[in-house]
Amino acid sequence: MKIHIKGGRLIDPRSGVDALKDVYIAAGKIVAIGPPPNGFTANRVIDAAGLVVCPGLVDLSARLREPGFEYLATLESEMEAAIAGGVTSLACPPDTDPPLDEPGLVEMLKYRAQSLNQARVYPVGALTQGLKGQRLTEMAELVDAGCVAFSQAEAPFADTLVFYHALQYAATFGFPVWLRPQDPALARHGVAHDGPVATRCGLQGIPVCAETVALSTMLILAHATGARVHFARLSSAEGVEMVRQAKRQGLPVTCDIAIHQAHLTEMDIGYFDSNCRLDPPLRSQRDRDALRAALADGTVDAACSDHTPVDDDAKQLPFAEAEPGATGLELLLPLTLKWAEESGIALPAALDRITSQAARVLNVDAGHLTAGHVADICIFDHGRHWRVAPESLKSQGKNTPYTGLEVKGRVRFTLVDGQVVFESR
Amino acid sequence: MWLNPSNPQLDKKGQLHHLLTLEGLPAEILWQILDTAKTFVGTKVKKVPLLRGKSVFNVFFEPSTRTRTTFEIAAKRLSADVINLNVSVSSQSKGESLLDTVDNLSAMHADMFVVRHGASGAPHFIARHVAPDIHVINAGDGRHSHPTQGLLDMFTIRHYKKDFSSLRVAIVGDVLHSRVARSQIHAFATLGCPEIRVIGPKTLLPAHVEQLGVHVYHDMRQGLKDVDVVTMLRLQNERMQGALLPSAQEFYKYYGLTPDKLALAKPDAIVLHPGPMNRGVEIDSSVADGRQSVILPQVTFGIAIRMAVMSIMAGNK
Repeated sequence: MKIHIKGGRLIDPRSGVDALKDVYIAAGKIVAIGPPPNGFTANRVIDAAGLVVCPGLVDLSARLREPGFEYLATLESEMEAAIAGGVTSLACPPDTDPPLDEPGLVEMLKYRAQSLNQARVYPVGALTQGLKGQRLTEMAELVDAGCVAFSQAEAPFADTLVFYHALQYAATFGFPVWLRPQDPALARHGVAHDGPVATRCGLQGIPVCAETVALSTMLILAHATGARVHFARLSSAEGVEMVRQAKRQGLPVTCDIAIHQAHLTEMDIGYFDSNCRLDPPLRSQRDRDALRAALADGTVDAACSDHTPVDDDAKQLPFAEAEPGATGLELLLPLTLKWAEESGIALPAALDRITSQAARVLNVDAGHLTAGHVADICIFDHGRHWRVAPESLKSQGKNTPYTGLEVKGRVRFTLVDGQVVFESR
Repeated sequence: MWLNPSNPQLDKKGQLHHLLTLEGLPAEILWQILDTAKTFVGTKVKKVPLLRGKSVFNVFFEPSTRTRTTFEIAAKRLSADVINLNVSVSSQSKGESLLDTVDNLSAMHADMFVVRHGASGAPHFIARHVAPDIHVINAGDGRHSHPTQGLLDMFTIRHYKKDFSSLRVAIVGDVLHSRVARSQIHAFATLGCPEIRVIGPKTLLPAHVEQLGVHVYHDMRQGLKDVDVVTMLRLQNERMQGALLPSAQEFYKYYGLTPDKLALAKPDAIVLHPGPMNRGVEIDSSVADGRQSVILPQVTFGIAIRMAVMSIMAGNK
């Protein structure tokens, strides 16, 4: 299959290209950008006039719910959601049931994902067996099976010594460790940011110090062990400031935020809207503004969707009893564009956060458009408005705080391995 | 949307449809409830036909004696049929979801739900899901709100003090876990009370409580100085020892209302308590039974307030 993507605005954040250039694809690879290769005859010409052609998006956190939670979502439904959102590579956290702590499980997930021929799935392996925080997993074996990093997901460590050893062991092999900084005791029973809204609504709060106390331990142990640590989904101004300082001091750490944290605050909980029950919690406007600024200045390396499909039964409950999470794969692009437009960030820099920078964190060769490289491409209509509605989402999870919001940026074509896997009008 | 989206308690005409919280209720509705309750206090007539033919379902997901009983008496005095459901020991233990329970009760043709639930916001959730002609009254949800208690407290204060516009009031104790404190704070603010104080140790005050418009005191003696109204909050047994407080004794010493501490308030200050009281923990017996205590009138007025709320809602079509 030879494809000619014609007349689009090509944006490749990694090389800094932003120009009207055609892309030529053959045998799954980009064969040329700009002028056509000699004797190229396309089987298909994609008219990209007026559209943006960029690398397929790279999402650092998307729960696919397999294995174990197939009633919430299946690989089929969530991979459909990924490509509909222009996402061609995604990392999935290990908090499945059973957790991704054995090579067989990881191989199965990779195999299932590959057979669907849609987005590429990069499993993040469990750092400890059963995510119980007590015994280390066979990390080297898990990497052979396809894991790209290790994480404890939302689960705590039994104690700091286990954590210390886990980092030491991962550092032995140079495996990245992804951590969501939250002190389990300080966050116990908490369901919302410990601020005026939680006070008013009578909800148990999660104080900012739950994040910063955990971060300080993690930063110190990262320094002590030399482990490559990535902080997943920071939520507070103080948290990003700590990472900013650590980076300044030369610690090789990276971090991301969930893109909804760049838009929503505790105020959006309103009258107990359980769609705003999220982990980490929506914090104050000051925190949100700091996250937006940190994403702009590069302190926050990447934005992710934090895609968490939850079924209706688990959301149709009083706020504190509802399961946390929001569907996100199909909103990563429009919400990133919204942040960029509101913050005065140029389109290439915005796309950088969800393509090239995310791929750098993930440590995989993706998120760029280069001749000779596989053709994972997202083509979207930057000016196209659409309204978020549960029925407009492919994900089995319809839970989103954005129902009814008009967003800008519609994916028109998604290509993986040079094949058009998704297209819309 | 049948209800007013900006305030889920009001209907399109701005009238009271559900009573979920005192936050955001217009002052005229609070005054209307207080005035209506007054007509029920004075009367010698035991029973009025305002809710004849209506069914009031007391749906309690959490145990309660006093609140449930006063709602029952109030509904019966209004000639309603009252059905008491102790859901905590029936459907929920069989695994039925809250939504299914509500659907089932709606199918039994209830006109009014009086709901108590352990989760903050549960009455909002129920109000969103019931048929549009059903009224929901919050009888206490988690730490969020207990609006009829807040109203009966206002009624009691108005009865003794006449006017809110010059009152200095203090709420003392476990504000963090108290739905009564939150309800009072909103009501005081709406009714024009110029100075609302909360008094307690830092472990029992919620984060940013000052953003509710209150002055924070940790020293009870300072906080009680020259106040007109003192509300003592109940300290739950399980909170008396552990990480929030070292002991009931130490709490009593620093935050219990004793005659010498009460002497710092105005001489004609009144003392409220939502009950049930822990004598010797948050309040001394001689204060609870003393001349400044209005704790028993609170209970009496509670019936009139609940009659007022139910009759106003039933009249709002």
